[in-house]
Amino acid sequence: MNVLLDHLSEFREGFLGTIGLTLASGLLAMLLGTVLAGFRVSPVPPLRYFGTAWVTLFRNTPLTLLFLVIWFAVPQVLDFGFSPWVKALIVLSCYTSSFVCEAVRSGISTVPLGQAEAARSIGMSFFQTLGLVILPQAVRTVLPPLSSIFIALTKNSAIAGAFSVTELFGWQKLLSDQGYPIAWVFLWVALGYLVITFAISILFRVLERTLEVAR
Amino acid sequence: MSASVLYDAPGPKARTRNRIYTVVGTLAVAGLIAFVVMQLASKDQFATAKWDIFNYANVRVAIRDGILTTLKVFAAAGALSLVLGVVLAVARYSEHRPIRWFATGFIELFRAIPLLITIYALWVLFLTYKSDLGVVGQNNSFWALVIGLTVYNSSVQAEVLRAGFQAVPRGQVEAAYALGLRKYQVMTMLLLPQAIRSMLPTIISQLVVTLKDTSLGYIITYAELLYAARKLANNTLVEGEYPYVPVLIVTGTIYVLMCLALSGLANWIERRGRRAKTGIKVAAAAEPVGEGGLMDAADLPGGAGHGSAAAEPVERPASDDRSEGPGSPRS
Repeated sequence: MNVLLDHLSEFREGFLGTIGLTLASGLLAMLLGTVLAGFRVSPVPPLRYFGTAWVTLFRNTPLTLLFLVIWFAVPQVLDFGFSPWVKALIVLSCYTSSFVCEAVRSGISTVPLGQAEAARSIGMSFFQTLGLVILPQAVRTVLPPLSSIFIALTKNSAIAGAFSVTELFGWQKLLSDQGYPIAWVFLWVALGYLVITFAISILFRVLERTLEVAR
Repeated sequence: MSASVLYDAPGPKARTRNRIYTVVGTLAVAGLIAFVVMQLASKDQFATAKWDIFNYANVRVAIRDGILTTLKVFAAAGALSLVLGVVLAVARYSEHRPIRWFATGFIELFRAIPLLITIYALWVLFLTYKSDLGVVGQNNSFWALVIGLTVYNSSVQAEVLRAGFQAVPRGQVEAAYALGLRKYQVMTMLLLPQAIRSMLPTIISQLVVTLKDTSLGYIITYAELLYAARKLANNTLVEGEYPYVPVLIVTGTIYVLMCLALSGLANWIERRGRRAKTGIKVAAAAEPVGEGGLMDAADLPGGAGHGSAAAEPVERPASDDRSEGPGSPRS
């Protein structure tokens, strides 16, 4: 108990850091993932290949390796001078976007064929069909997998803590380095993550219920 | 192609437009690749000296040892997580409430906590009580990694299996009890084989996740492939620079190939399962999606959410399938 009270400000900082990183990279991953899903269903072969390559690459590479790449290999080639937080944001959103892309793509395939046919028959273009008819419906069916992707993202952000970004894992590391009993530290960190993941679960449940479509 | 939902067979105008997009898209993608290659070249990353390091025996041995330790951790954690996953899944079906509660609590807790947190806590714990732990204390980072991976992945595997149990039509269980089978017979002869069979692709996909997650050993300084790569790049100075780019490209390729081989197996089993006429619906070879606290099996592929669809093929007599084919003896 004392562990938490003595280091409350650092804990709060770590907690908010986890939330901030998750939110920012979640939004970026959604954007990137939707664009990639658009690529993967487009009639343009090079874009399809690009999407496939992106998804295959990022889904089959360990996240820790991607962190190593942006921390050590990228600065040797192109030094943007990004802060650790921005680097973590880039890695997490690129990694997560591949999962979002697959979720959105499978969502697109759940929209009945007749909907797309109807859209085309009234003269809608590819982008209109995708943007006005297919995607709004697909988004609703992909909410459950998206919620799991965001929960996974929250948990993945712990790796950023190991690369010295301020978040909850960093707090655990700091305190166990200072010799505090690991069981208590673990308990508080675990609770912190549980709060965030439960919040995401509940948020998506509510969204699901409000956006539900009869089909 | 599934994409045909979105567009018709293109007419002459659309074909021209698509050709233009194709050219533009090719140029964009090629430009991106060219930019990366040129940047790499301008920083001398393709210099033979940088890639020459892989010709040295000790570098190759280091990478080989890294692969072997990674596979060792994966084998141990994968096998243990499958065993514990079965135990947990069965425990959730126990008639004794404390066992059921314990299994549920275990699964929910370890699925919601980041794996890295669990592994790190275990590592610190093992380091602290090193002298009391005997064998485990000597290999504290190995066991922290294996046990951490096991508790997390077994929780996920247990949920996958539970979804498999729920996909088995209820009537089969009732029939088994009516025949006088006991609880453990129903479990071992009816539920488990069917659940494992239908969920095999998902189980293997989760093993891919286990394989990827062995790289968390890097953070607790366990000498698996990624740690070996980092050490290699850090200890070899080529022309005044550490060869991070070549080493990470090679390591990344190894990881991607290992994971692709495993998910290829999952896809193969999925296709094979769909062809088989056992009436057991085979789940998609995708990672289980349900995670976090508030999950129910309906979220999982082949779970209760598809209950009626999953149950349907079983009730259909096998002869129906045969009469559909034009070349079958019946027709």
